[in-house]
Amino acid sequence: MPDQQVTLSVFRYRPGQDAEPVFQEYQVPYHDDWVVLDALNWIKESVDGTLAYRWSCRMGVCGSCGMMVNGVPRLTCAAFLREYYPAPIRVEPLANFPVERDLIIDLDGFLEKLKSVKPWVIRDGVDSATNGEYLQTPGQLARFKQYSMCINCMLCYAACPVVGLETNFIGPAALALALRYNLDSRDQGNAQRQQLLGSDEGAMACTFVGECTTVCPKNVDPAGAVQQEKVLAVNDWYYNVLVPWGKR
Amino acid sequence: MRKPYVRPMPGTWYLHTWAYRLFMIREVTSVFIAAYLVFLLVWLYRLGQGPEQFEAMLRATRSPLSVVLHVLALAAALYHSCTWFNLTPKVMPVRVGEERLPDLLVAVAMGYFPWIVLSGLLVWGALR
Repeated sequence: MPDQQVTLSVFRYRPGQDAEPVFQEYQVPYHDDWVVLDALNWIKESVDGTLAYRWSCRMGVCGSCGMMVNGVPRLTCAAFLREYYPAPIRVEPLANFPVERDLIIDLDGFLEKLKSVKPWVIRDGVDSATNGEYLQTPGQLARFKQYSMCINCMLCYAACPVVGLETNFIGPAALALALRYNLDSRDQGNAQRQQLLGSDEGAMACTFVGECTTVCPKNVDPAGAVQQEKVLAVNDWYYNVLVPWGKR
Repeated sequence: MRKPYVRPMPGTWYLHTWAYRLFMIREVTSVFIAAYLVFLLVWLYRLGQGPEQFEAMLRATRSPLSVVLHVLALAAALYHSCTWFNLTPKVMPVRVGEERLPDLLVAVAMGYFPWIVLSGLLVWGALR
C-alpha cells in the first residue's frame, strides 16, 4: 500500500435507514494511475461492502459510471485521482435525478424520454426485405454520425439546469438522438417526431447554457443538436402558417 | 423497498459554477440591449418634437450618468454579440461535402467579419 492517501467524501443514502442523505469519508490509497471508480471499487472491496454504485466497462464505453465528482458530471472511469490530489474528492450521484440508493440514480424518467423521440428508423409503409438494404453515401452518414455516438451516460442531464428546473424537458441526449434520426437519409419519421420536438417540452425549453456539450465524453454536442432542432421547429411553424394547405 | 430521494434544486443554482454564471451574464446583457432600444425610440420621439427638444435631449445625453450608462450598455452589447457569434456555428453548422467547416471560420465569416465591416462603414459615414 502506498504511503499517500486521498480522502473520498461519498454521498450515502440508504432508503429505510437514512431520512436524508449523508456524506461518508473514506481514506483511499493514492495511485497516480487510479481513477475515481478504482477508488470506489477499493472501498467496496476493502472497507465498506454496502456502498452502492453502477459501473461496467471501466473504459468510457458503457456509460454507466457517471457521477458528480467535485460537483462536475464525470465518467468516474475517466476521472483520475491525480486531477484532484491532494485535495479531498467529493463523489455524488448525478445531479437532477432522484437518488435510488447511494450513488445510484433512478433513470426511469430518462428512459421514457429517450423512447418518446422514437429513436429508430421510421419508414412510410412496410418495406420488403427483398428490396435490399438502404444505401447511404459517406456524405449522408457524416450529417448525423456525431449525434449517433451517444452512450446514454446522462452526464448532459446532470449538467443541464433546465433539466433540473423543468422536470418534463426531454433533455439533451434524447433531443440529440432525435436529430440523429431526423438527419438520417433512410429515415422518414420527421413529421412524427416534430410535434414533440417543437413542443414546450422539446427543443424550445432549452436556454442554451451549453454545459451538456462541455461535459459530453463522446463529443456528441447535444447543445448544437438542440439549437438546430429549434431552427427546424421554427421553419416548421412558419411553413404551417404560410402554407396551411401543404401537408407536412 | 424503493424510496427515491429527490434533491432540491437551490434557487441560487446559477451562482454555483463559472459556466452558469457566464450564461446568466449573457442572459442579463439582453436587458441592456432592450433598454437601449427603448432609449433609441425616445430619441426618435424627441426628434419628431422639433429641434429644441432634440437639443435638450442631446445635452442630457452628455451628462456623466448618461456616459456611464452608455459605456455599460456598450460593454453589455459587445459581450452579448461575441457570445452569440461564437455560438452561431453550433446553431448553423456549415458542411462542405463530408467535412464540417471549423467553428471559428464560421463564427468569423457569419459574425465577426460582417460586424467589423458594417461598424467600419458606420464610423466612416459618421466621420466623413
